[in-house]
Amino acid sequence: MGWPLAVSAGLMDKSPRALFRALWALSAGHLLATFLVLLPFAFLLVLAEWQRSIQIGASLLVIGFGVYRLIARRHPRALARIPPTQLALWSFAVAIAHGAALMLVPIYLGLCQAFEFDAGHEAAGALMKTSLGMAVLVSLVHVAAMVGAGGCLAWLVYRHLGLRFVSRSWFNLDAVWAASLVLVGAVALALNLASWR
Amino acid sequence: MTMRPDPTFHASPRLAMEAPAENFAYTLLLSPDFSKPDALAVIDVKPGSPTYSQIVHTVTMPNKGDEFHHFGWNACSSALSPLAGHAFIERRYLIIPGIRSSRIYIIDTKPDPTKAKIHKIIEPEEIFKKTGYSRPHTIHCGPDGIYVSTLGGGGKDGTNGPPGVFIMDCETFEVLGRWEIDRGPQALHYDFWWNLPRDYMVTSEWALPPQFENGIVPEDLLANKYGHRLHFWDLRARRNVQTIDLGANHQMALEVRPAHDPVREYGFVGVVVDTTNLEASIWTWWREGGKFHAEKTATIPPEPAPKENLPPLLQGFGAVPPLVTDIDLSMDDRFLYVSCWGTGEMRQYDVTDPRKPKLAGSVHIGGIARRTAHPNGKSFAAGPQMVEISRDGRRVYWTNSLYSTWDDQFYPDGVPGVEVMANVGRNGGLELDKDYFVSFPDGYRAHQIRLEGGDCSTDSFCYPSV
Repeated sequence: MGWPLAVSAGLMDKSPRALFRALWALSAGHLLATFLVLLPFAFLLVLAEWQRSIQIGASLLVIGFGVYRLIARRHPRALARIPPTQLALWSFAVAIAHGAALMLVPIYLGLCQAFEFDAGHEAAGALMKTSLGMAVLVSLVHVAAMVGAGGCLAWLVYRHLGLRFVSRSWFNLDAVWAASLVLVGAVALALNLASWR
Repeated sequence: MTMRPDPTFHASPRLAMEAPAENFAYTLLLSPDFSKPDALAVIDVKPGSPTYSQIVHTVTMPNKGDEFHHFGWNACSSALSPLAGHAFIERRYLIIPGIRSSRIYIIDTKPDPTKAKIHKIIEPEEIFKKTGYSRPHTIHCGPDGIYVSTLGGGGKDGTNGPPGVFIMDCETFEVLGRWEIDRGPQALHYDFWWNLPRDYMVTSEWALPPQFENGIVPEDLLANKYGHRLHFWDLRARRNVQTIDLGANHQMALEVRPAHDPVREYGFVGVVVDTTNLEASIWTWWREGGKFHAEKTATIPPEPAPKENLPPLLQGFGAVPPLVTDIDLSMDDRFLYVSCWGTGEMRQYDVTDPRKPKLAGSVHIGGIARRTAHPNGKSFAAGPQMVEISRDGRRVYWTNSLYSTWDDQFYPDGVPGVEVMANVGRNGGLELDKDYFVSFPDGYRAHQIRLEGGDCSTDSFCYPSV
């Protein structure tokens, strides 16, 4: 996400360094967003006996947000308010607004569940430590994947493909994005309910 | 909402220049005595078409007395870019403000320009109530939605509070409210434009409604009471960061034309008249070291004329002022076109070095004293006024009316609405096209022109030309 901004930054400053600086800011914002969304769940997992309810609740939250994004397709005006120089803030706001960070919750909770079963009964403190560690790991892996893909695209457009690629090559993924939130939430919910029996 | 970017999304000025040429020109028609409703004329500008240079469709409004002036698209290249928050809207609606009525019409140009129709009407009361402004004037689509500059504040004569800019939603066309958070010393308004990646806006000054609605007020002009300042703004923080006074004698700093390429941090503004010597001037403004600067970079002298050839307003001067009422910058930032509405001349300056404009071409048509006819033999009243350049820079279109009451003072014999076009040479030079001459219906004058797919005074860009 945000690769066209990195291309713009590189072209405006006529320097690949500016492109990488922009990518760096974009990933920092995205990382912060995912981590901030996962954080409350990391704390909640201390309540081990409620874990199943937490997971069901989280799945419903992701589904609900996906449905909301499907209905309310418009982007909040606040996003347009962020100056072009504050890329990290822009990336943070977009990751929150699109539900990019929220999407990670079912994956994250799934991973925590595996951990917990392996570890058996542990003290709450240790459990939280593991959860926090997992939250950081999930965020990092996610951002690395995003920056890897977006960064490559930004570099290709900047160096080889040119701006015509920006003008012509992309699709409105808002609906796809919202639908995938619903899908991820539904899969998490189904898996959870299945393991209950 | 579309699945693919609008085909008229041009990421950079260079891509805009390489896009297909315009097929239609939209022109605003106004009834100067308010006896008929104003209208939007759609003109076929496709060479070789059987209806070339003819009106192929007219949208007539349901009200009278709107006085159409400047208009714009709901979306241009900057709003259509993935950097904006609403990248999949369409360049589809023309936003037409009535400067006299404060009413705004939203015209839908899809599925075909020849079927354009009214989509929505925003009544003046809504604008008064939500913004405290009146006399909407210039339209640009930008990061926050549609930006509308106004020339009047509140109250019947528009002098209750300063005029400014308000924002409209770019999809619902709902009036959202004032744009300014801190206007600093700004108290008059005219044009505005910006550099989006660099995040600044520039605004200019004309006058308050009592100084223009019933005609130019000569005493106010000679007392230097019309606008003469440029205001620079932080676009996102919505506050004035600097004001430059061009000097009180430089009356009416009107059209603001920033370089299209956003890496270039300069632009131009035209001054209508210098009250010390009647000359008109072009000023270049630029940003350096975080500060804005402006200097006079070109002047156009008045032309002496016998008293009997002059309207009463000018008889005491024995000369015709050039009256630079519009300027426009080509998409490659190379040529600046300057309308001399008084002397009847369209000038083309090479502004490759923006602080040293060089005259590169000129054609004479109309004029208070000269009254030069079109090369096709037809007469052309008034002088070159609102000018629009095709994206590729090869064709320059213009009309001849300034503002109903001002037309009557400078051109008391009448101003029948006409639109002409000049072809531009590869390295400059202007020549009027003999085949392009649009005469509008009796009783109508023509004001601003918008070209299908974008033009040089509407589109702004987030990417540089590389």
